[in-house]
Amino acid sequence: MLGYTITQWLFGILSFLAIMFALMVVFTRNPVNSVLYLVLTFFCIAGHYLLLNAQFLAVVHIVVYAGAIMVLFLFIIMLMNLNADTEPRKHIATRLIAGTIGGMLLFVMVGALKGSEQLQLVHGGSSQIGLVKNLGKVLFSEFLFPFEIASVLLLAALVGAIMIGKRDTNINSKETTN
Amino acid sequence: MLNGIPINFYIMLSAVLFIIGVVGVMARRNAIIIFMCIELMLNAVNLLLVAFSTLHNDASGQVFVFFIMAVAAAEVAVGLAILSMVYRNFKTIDIDLLSRLKN
Repeated sequence: MLGYTITQWLFGILSFLAIMFALMVVFTRNPVNSVLYLVLTFFCIAGHYLLLNAQFLAVVHIVVYAGAIMVLFLFIIMLMNLNADTEPRKHIATRLIAGTIGGMLLFVMVGALKGSEQLQLVHGGSSQIGLVKNLGKVLFSEFLFPFEIASVLLLAALVGAIMIGKRDTNINSKETTN
Repeated sequence: MLNGIPINFYIMLSAVLFIIGVVGVMARRNAIIIFMCIELMLNAVNLLLVAFSTLHNDASGQVFVFFIMAVAAAEVAVGLAILSMVYRNFKTIDIDLLSRLKN
């Protein structure tokens, strides 16, 4: 097909879709639509992971991001009753400046990468490192301590989120008694 | 079959996704959308880590992505809890209004 392999076609299509959906996340007015476009972007990125032979990460990415985090976002948006486009626009100058800064950043990055003409090919087809067995071995031997720290971090985040999100009855009762 | 894609393409794709996230953080007022753009930036970095991990045939990069996902989940949980508390007290999550820190 026009001299490209099927992997290259897949890469092109997935990249195009990811960038389009990411743009829609930023430019859609309705927050709910924005969340749904972000889910689609995450699915495209999971497709990239599959293309890179990182199967475990692709599955975890879909479960954690599209399954858990995005549900949390949708839940909060519904809770705050923001599902209409109630957001006032920023000033036009601010948005222009944001676009200009982004464009300049892109220009600098592309310019910096243009000089390095080392076109190293990514060889993903034969590698086995993305499999659960292999990653589990590395995770539980080399990275055992960071893994435990991550569990403590998740516990702390759990407790913190509950403490912050709880309605503070203590202060209210004090105010009423005073 | 070999994955015949130059690493530069992945770098470009990650850079573009990251910059879309940066522009979203600067151009939007809704705090939840800003959170989502931060997630987009994290994912751009994750994609590049996985690409380089495959390039060098080294599993450390993918383990690192795993940790980044755990930290992102913790960050989102705490951040959304803070946002919901802010909304309960101020009835808005517009950052231009919240930036005054009073009233």
